Amino acid sequence: MLLFGVFVAAVGKDPLEVYQLIYAGGFGSGFAWQNTLSRAAPLILTALCVALPAQAGTMVIGAEGAVVLGGLAAAVTGYAVGDASPLVVKLAMAAAGMLIGGLWIAAAGALRQYRGVNETISSLLLTYIAIALFNHLVEGPLRDPASLNKPSTPPIGSANMLGALPGLDVHWGLGLGAIFCIATYVLIYHTTWGFAIRVAGGNARAARLVGLSVDRLVIAAFFLGGAAAGLAGMIEVAAVHGSANASLIAGYGYAGILVAFIARHNPLAILPVAVLVGGISASGGMLQRRLDMPDATVLVFQGLAFLTILASEALYGRLKLFGHGARA
Amino acid sequence: MDDALMRVATAQRSKAGQAAEIRVTGMTKHFGGFTALDDVSMTAAAGSFHALLGENGAGKSTLVKCLVGFYKPDAGQIEVDSREQRIASPHDSSALGIGMVYQHFTLVPSMTIAENLVMARSDVPRIINWRRERERLAEFMRAMPLKVPLDQPAARLAAGDKQKAEILKQLFLERRFLILDEPTSVLTPGEADQVLGLLKEMAGRKQVTVLMITHKFREVNAFCDEVTVLRRGRLAGAGRVAELDAARMAEMMVGERVIPAASGGARPATSPTAAPMLEISDLRVENESGVMAVNRLSVAVRPGEIVGLAGVAGNGQRELVEALLGQRRPVSGGIRVASRPYTAKRADIGLLRVSGLPEEPLRNACVAAMSVAENMALRNFDRAPLARSALVSRGPMLEQARSRIAAFNVKSRGAHAPIGTLSGGNVQRAVLARELSDPVLLLIAADPVFGLDFAAVAEIHDRILAARNAGTAVLLVSSDLDELLGLADRIAVIFEGRIVHETAIGSADIGVIGRALAGHAAQAA
Repeated sequence: MLLFGVFVAAVGKDPLEVYQLIYAGGFGSGFAWQNTLSRAAPLILTALCVALPAQAGTMVIGAEGAVVLGGLAAAVTGYAVGDASPLVVKLAMAAAGMLIGGLWIAAAGALRQYRGVNETISSLLLTYIAIALFNHLVEGPLRDPASLNKPSTPPIGSANMLGALPGLDVHWGLGLGAIFCIATYVLIYHTTWGFAIRVAGGNARAARLVGLSVDRLVIAAFFLGGAAAGLAGMIEVAAVHGSANASLIAGYGYAGILVAFIARHNPLAILPVAVLVGGISASGGMLQRRLDMPDATVLVFQGLAFLTILASEALYGRLKLFGHGARA
Repeated sequence: MDDALMRVATAQRSKAGQAAEIRVTGMTKHFGGFTALDDVSMTAAAGSFHALLGENGAGKSTLVKCLVGFYKPDAGQIEVDSREQRIASPHDSSALGIGMVYQHFTLVPSMTIAENLVMARSDVPRIINWRRERERLAEFMRAMPLKVPLDQPAARLAAGDKQKAEILKQLFLERRFLILDEPTSVLTPGEADQVLGLLKEMAGRKQVTVLMITHKFREVNAFCDEVTVLRRGRLAGAGRVAELDAARMAEMMVGERVIPAASGGARPATSPTAAPMLEISDLRVENESGVMAVNRLSVAVRPGEIVGLAGVAGNGQRELVEALLGQRRPVSGGIRVASRPYTAKRADIGLLRVSGLPEEPLRNACVAAMSVAENMALRNFDRAPLARSALVSRGPMLEQARSRIAAFNVKSRGAHAPIGTLSGGNVQRAVLARELSDPVLLLIAADPVFGLDFAAVAEIHDRILAARNAGTAVLLVSSDLDELLGLADRIAVIFEGRIVHETAIGSADIGVIGRALAGHAAQAA
């Protein structure tokens, strides 16, 4: 916060005013809350794509790829089965998005377990492949001829869009995100499968000693994380855009990394953190209008927050080391 | 101090290429309450090829680490060329011309040998005049009997050439006294003979004195002039190799031990015809670098007996245990438990009730960040009463942890403390509690008391004996022969990945075991 204040002062604005605006833009009004919560929905899911593999002892930063391909798969499915009843269409879209997103991230997991490829690098590189694939398909074979200046897939039809949560002007994506989050929490901390994941993630040698099949557990965690991110893509398509187009590549996958780290990979903590980060990014437009600051300013804020978290984590480890030293 | 060093350095430079004599008198070194070296004296004459023999933990490494200044001895003197010297740091030993070649390579893999050699010098200028350095190197190489391709990156060299380059590096640094720590453990017998042969020639020309730590009697007999044997930190014997034979050296190494008549009280009557609980046949396992660490090993363990697997560390024990515990996949051969093929799958482990006490329990058997209770549940978290269908219940898990903590006297800040915060002995006890609380049919234990204090050792031994008496088949792998002699019903000796000697404890001959440990199985049989 202090560092960001220095940055704001350096570009010649009053830091206090900026903070006030961030608050107003993110949480200051009913409209602001709506905007914030709509942005939080995909963040919750992409954060799970970081947190789930992190519970298995790995570091995946490629949620963005699963988001765009999951969104694309959902849009194509929605168009293909568009004539069925809306509920069936929505379920099919969600299933397609989760399947493709899951397989995409599971590929990074398989590369790690069977080929020794670093999952952080491979998931990031897979994201570039995913975006290139997405652009190729949307601008080529899957393009709706009616979409002239913004290449898109054919619309899924308004009947098949996700509606708003009852009593709120926020789409169902938030509800899905929250449900997925709580389900993940139960899975990780209260089931035997989650226990096995944490053992495999904490120490693969010990996991093998007690006969757990580490490779399968890790890849399954990757798949679930990818499925969450793929669902985020489906929600963006089905609740916001109505078709798959370049607006899907909005950086939710990367913001999710920030959310997961602040939440220390605890699925329950992801919920409030995603709302907070969603609010900060929602205020970007307000900053631009009122203070004539670029809306990327909030990215600077997020970036500084991320660095601070990483630094404090490193420091925390160091301090613990000191503790060990003193005891030894 | 600097002046003194300068003088030493100047004196040394004038003597470069001239072997040094080192005399050690009354060297003693304690680590806490443990005495690693107790009043050891030895002399390595100028131009000799001296062997330092001993079992694991006999004090060989401590002794040479004192010589190169890594440790500071608590008592004793070091004389180099009959002048007393204080060696307080590796810097001092290097100024005196003492150098050490480690068991593992220290070359920078991506740099060429020439670069590695030049970089090792302590007086490298900021800007290197490579032409002048190359001329110096070429001149140096002309005088050396060892030949290594200078322009190859170290990574491309075979193990033998790398080892030669390590030795060349030491000679390039104008060492007059060379210490080799098991230099041939990474070499093939052919490579070993070549490297040691060249060193013997150089020693013969009085260019360098060589002190070699080894376990291999064959090398001592073939290359060394003198030998010093350590046993449990004390000098066990010394002499000229020509006047000693392998049997005599083995005797010095393992000592005159009384084999305990009966260990652990009442022994269950194991009939030698009972079906083995564990049966390993023709097992082959590779280590990380693709060497067949376990090579056609066969051994069987029957219910109610402890088979002690003796061996000098690094003869395939680690890989064998990892293969048995499911941490490493065998290349070929069979592992059968209760007459069924065994692959260490979770279902098999539960059904056949196999337990493991691997070495380094925190690294091999625990999740450091998880709590003591969770770690104690690693074996049974997915079975009732800890699991109800797919859900883990905290209550029974805590209850189990509390009773096991009490029964095995584990000291911790409670069942919720991360197990990584416990002391080594308590981690070991916690693992023991997990592995031995429920009835066990087969126990694989590797150095289960390594690094523990006296009371903990006795307690853990009692627990292993109690399990044996209850009918458990135990394979106890240890590099401590005393531990095995005290516990085992049968002893098998592993050397270079296979069993070279096997005997019931009643008919064990310590001399034969000692020779088998050193790879003299042919004479032993």
